[in-house]
Parts: sequence; structure tokens; C-alpha cells
Amino acid sequence: MIQLVNICKSFGEQAVLKGLNLEIPKGKVTVVLGQSGSGKSVLLKHMIGLLRPDSGEVVVDGTSLSTLSDHEIVPFRCRFGMLFQGAALFDSLNVFENVAFPLKEQRQLSSEEVRKIVEAKLAAVGLSGIEEKMPSELSGGMRKRVGLARAIALEPKIILYDEPTTGLDPIMTSSITQLISETQKRLKVTSVIISHDIESSFNIADKIALLHEGRILMEGSPEEVRQSKIPYVHNFINGISTGSEV
Amino acid sequence: MKRLVERLGFWIQKIMEEFGEVLSFTASFGRWLFVPPFRWRQTMEQMEFIGIGSLPVIALTGLFTGMVFALQAHHSFRIFHAEALIGSTVGLALSREIGPVFTALMVTARAGSAMAAEIGSMKVTEQIDALESMAVSPIHYLVVPRVVAGLVMVPILYGFFLFIGVAGAYFVAVGLLGLPEAPFLSKLYYYVDMDDVIGGLMKSVFFGFLLTIISCHRGYRTSGGAQGVGLSTTRAVVISSVTVLVADYFLTSWILEFLPNF
Repeated sequence: MIQLVNICKSFGEQAVLKGLNLEIPKGKVTVVLGQSGSGKSVLLKHMIGLLRPDSGEVVVDGTSLSTLSDHEIVPFRCRFGMLFQGAALFDSLNVFENVAFPLKEQRQLSSEEVRKIVEAKLAAVGLSGIEEKMPSELSGGMRKRVGLARAIALEPKIILYDEPTTGLDPIMTSSITQLISETQKRLKVTSVIISHDIESSFNIADKIALLHEGRILMEGSPEEVRQSKIPYVHNFINGISTGSEV
Repeated sequence: MKRLVERLGFWIQKIMEEFGEVLSFTASFGRWLFVPPFRWRQTMEQMEFIGIGSLPVIALTGLFTGMVFALQAHHSFRIFHAEALIGSTVGLALSREIGPVFTALMVTARAGSAMAAEIGSMKVTEQIDALESMAVSPIHYLVVPRVVAGLVMVPILYGFFLFIGVAGAYFVAVGLLGLPEAPFLSKLYYYVDMDDVIGGLMKSVFFGFLLTIISCHRGYRTSGGAQGVGLSTTRAVVISSVTVLVADYFLTSWILEFLPNF
């Protein structure tokens, strides 16, 4: 379980998170919704310790990240897999080397074992046979799927998805959503998805939290969120603009 | 006047902030330097990039620096009939000052800028975050190999610069200006001793460290998009070059104290 307790984070003068509290249940899919620029990615990076809060505490499976030094937090991240918004594939490595990267870094495996795992993970995301391609040769959807293959290569306990469907066409969006759902069922992991894709989120989530003005405005099951009477929540999930959002 | 003082204060604050950040970055490098595994492959790749890749530009710079130095020295020394001292003058200047400084500046321009741009673009495309998310320290994976490569290769490039520079001076003095070979070489051997080269090597090691750590630091602190990468690259070159020139003065005063024959 991941607990975020009273998290505050500012960048210069701009306060992004203002006393945010959130619990991510173990083995479930939690979707954090919010407008662009509301601090969703910042929130996600706090969970894995890529950003440290100005105040407050992040607790992962009983360990407070604030008690870990920069040195100690590095091996702690082995329990996470993360799919980045732009996939964040290493430009200088081909697809095979990208997916093999965490395996070579974190496991003592033979080349043959690494090759088998990479092929299996690429097959799981429907991308067999592109091992030799460079990231620059891939489409946006393919890059995200390779990013997902890399994120699940170590079979982590927690997978963080940063806007997995943003910028994709409807077919690819559906394909990625299905892939996340299948991965969830197969690996029984704790998943946190940052998104503003309402339809996919309601399809996949066990829990939905809505981030607004640096705090969680509402959290609950998809049904509870859908039936919320809070005007902002209602407007957000129905895509209604009041003109004050921008 | 008030505005001038304010601006001065602003710049002093910026410089101190940068200095503090580089020190903290260096401490981080020091902590990861001895953490296994040592990344041989990445270090060798960086050595090839910094060392082998810089050879042509170092050769050209060294050759023409030695040649023009010999030409200028001949122009001045012939007034006193002291042309025999051309070899030793060029040798001393190249080994003590010009060799280490020019080598560091050329490596900064070629490799330091590339380091800042590469790490900077990795930063803005979240590849650095991706490394961290896979429990790999970016300092260990990206910075340590580059700085170690700089520490090893810049002194080697300095040696190459020195050799080519003296060869260029020999070519101009003996080959083009027709001076006798024997006094050129004998004065070179007589006045340039091992301490001069050791001093130059010490400077090169230090400059290699400075330029790589500053360039990596600038890349690592990149924010924004393509503009941020461009800005980091420019800053890496400017800060590294200025630091090399400033550090050269202090290093020289230190070496003069500890190397009696320098």
C-alpha cells in the first residue's frame, strides 16, 4: 500500500501540491484524474521518490521514503515499474536493449535468460520482432508499449503509469487500456494510473481520485465518483466547461 | 549606483549558487565513484569519445599553435640573435601553460558541450527519471564514466598536444625558416625538464575533472525543452572555460611552490 500524508510541494513560487492525502490500496488499480497542469505527474513522482515533498510523508509498504537517503532510495525503487508519459526510452539503445536494461542492471541472468524474458515481454505487449529497431523508428503507441514492456520486465509489485493513453488514437488508446488491464490481472500488482482520459479510467479503475488545486477533491469507486454531487467532479467527468478552468 | 550594486549582488549570488551546486554534485560523484559495479563499457565508450574523437582537433590546434608560436618567437628573437631559444621557449610555453589550457578548452568545446547536451536532452525527455525509476543512479551510470574518462584522457591529449606542438615549431623553425637543428633540440632538452611536463599533466588531470563535472552538472540541471538544452550547453562551455582559466592561475601558483623546477 502507498500512503501520501499531507504532501506539500512547491516549485519556486508555485505551490503544486497543498497538503495532499491519498491511500493507494494494494493489488488494485487506482486512477488519479485531474486537469492538465494540476500536478498529477508530480504526485506520481513522489510515490517513487523521484521528487521529495517539501513537507509530508510518502509511505510505501510501511517504509517512509523520507527516512531513506538518496543512496538508499535507489535499490528501494526495484519494487516499482514506471511507464512515462513519453515512454522515456533510451535513444541510444534499441528496443531489445531498452527492455533488457532493468534485467541486466538488477538481475544476475545469462544472456539467454535475458533474451527469453525480453521476447516474452515484447510478445505480451504485442510487439514481437521489433527488437532491433531504435526508439526513433517507432510510433507513439509502439513507444508506449515498449515502455510498458520495460516497466514490467522485472515483474514489479507496483506499476505507475503516467498518462499512458495521452496523444494516442482511439484504437491505440483501447489497446493500451486493455494491455494495462491484462497486465494487472496477470501480475496482480498495485497499479497507479495518472490520466485525464475519463472513459478508459472508468473502465479500468478499482478506485478513482480527483486531484484539484493541489488536493484530492474526491476519491472512491468509479460508481461513487460518477454519482458525485460535487459540481467540479460532475463537470470534470462530463467534460463541462464553466470557463474558469484555464 | 543602487541598480549596479543590486546587479552585482545578483551575479555574486548566482555564482555562489552554481558553485554550491557543483560542490554538492561533486560530493555525489565521489560517493558513487567507488560503488560497484564499475561501468567499464560506458567508461571505455566515453574514453573513446573524449580521447580518440578529440585527436584530430587537438592535433590541428597543437600543430598550428606550435607553428605560429615558432614564427612569432623567430620574429622577436632574431633582433637579439637568440633564435636558438625558439625550441625551448615553445617547449616551455606549451608544456606549462598553453598545452593544458588549450587542450582543456578544446575538449570543453567538443566533448563538454556534447555531454551537457546529451544529459540535458535525457533530462527533459524523462530518460534520467526512467534510469532512477529502474533503481539505477544517473550519477553512477552517466556521470562517473564521463568524469573518469575525462580524468584519464585529457592528460593523454595534453601529451599529444605537446608533442604535435613542438613538432610544428620544429617544422617552422628548422624546415621553413632554415635554422640549424642542433641548437633547437639542445636548448629544448636543456630548458624543458620533466617537472614542466609533470606540472602540465597535473593541470590536465584537474582540468579534465573540472570540465567534465561542470558539463555533466549543467546537463543534469537542464529544465524546459530544446531551449533549455541549448542554454545548458552554452552554460557548460562558458562556465567550464572560465573555470579552467581561473583555476589555471591558482594551480600554477600552487605548482610553483611544490615543484621547485617548474
